[in-house]
Amino acid sequence: MTPALLAALEAARAAKRPVVLATRLPDGAQCLLPHPAQPAALNEAAARALAEDTSGTVTIDGAQWFLHAYTPPLRLIVVGAVHIAQALVPFASQVGFAVTVVDPRRAFASDERFPDVTVRTDWPDEAMDALAPDARTAVVTLTHDPKLDDPALDRALRSPAFYIGALGSRRTHAARLARLTALGHDAAALARIKGPVGLDLEAVTAPEIGLSIAAELVAARRGSPLAPARPVAAAA
Amino acid sequence: MSNEMEDVLAQAARWQAAGEQVAIATVTETWGSSPRPAGSQMAVTKSGKMAGSVSGGCIEGAVADAAQRTMETGTPQLLDFGVTNERAWEVGLACGGKVKVFVEKLA
Repeated sequence: MTPALLAALEAARAAKRPVVLATRLPDGAQCLLPHPAQPAALNEAAARALAEDTSGTVTIDGAQWFLHAYTPPLRLIVVGAVHIAQALVPFASQVGFAVTVVDPRRAFASDERFPDVTVRTDWPDEAMDALAPDARTAVVTLTHDPKLDDPALDRALRSPAFYIGALGSRRTHAARLARLTALGHDAAALARIKGPVGLDLEAVTAPEIGLSIAAELVAARRGSPLAPARPVAAAA
Repeated sequence: MSNEMEDVLAQAARWQAAGEQVAIATVTETWGSSPRPAGSQMAVTKSGKMAGSVSGGCIEGAVADAAQRTMETGTPQLLDFGVTNERAWEVGLACGGKVKVFVEKLA
């Protein structure tokens, strides 16, 4: 790989632009895709690799190409800069999520408590509107406070986020669902919220709960049977 | 692919910027129960530093040796590891899987 190509690849990744590094085997000729100068069949194969987020080898016009898909990281929006968030963030980062923590309470949402991730101190509805969750985004609410959690969940339900989880006991969750119903969400939409959040590990401590949420994020991302059932997304 | 531990390319670029010679090994195909999917990468420097992985630790040594050759010659290599390969006696995959690994010089 030439330094120029590596720089171009790193620039695409820094700009969160999905890109495929195509390497012809075995001679190692390389290019970045999509590119108008490359054959249509190669560009189409690259588009498939990006859509499926899967790297692999394809044969096109008798030539073997390794298509390495570089997709932007999945995103995790954590509402509530609480102790459990401090435990969740490093686990989520380790498994490949770009994490944003949202909490208007500045005492909680400090860079000191959350080094290395983006921290926002605007209100969750404003933050969610700005962050615009897509199908590669997960949203987890951890505040326990309806004033903060509800607006975030409301926005999350109106987005195609692939995972929505809310911390709280079954009783808290039932009350929450009643409030969100009053905001106009139907049962099918509300079924998208995983509550209580996280895989059932009988977790007790903050790090254990953080681990159970991170584990559920992986399960949801990979389509594991342990992931919460996924009703058809009611994306706007 | 965002996190620092997995970001082999960024590490390779940093090593190169620091004046190291670097080779990159990438899993291009897998069969059976390979522990690391296609696209998994390992970077190796002339001085012997390593980052990332292309298996569960079974073939990294052999890949690092191949990377040293590629850094000397500049010629990329497509390596085959698996039970049907004669290399299996030295560096086979205990899991019984097969992988192809492409090794290239960063230059």
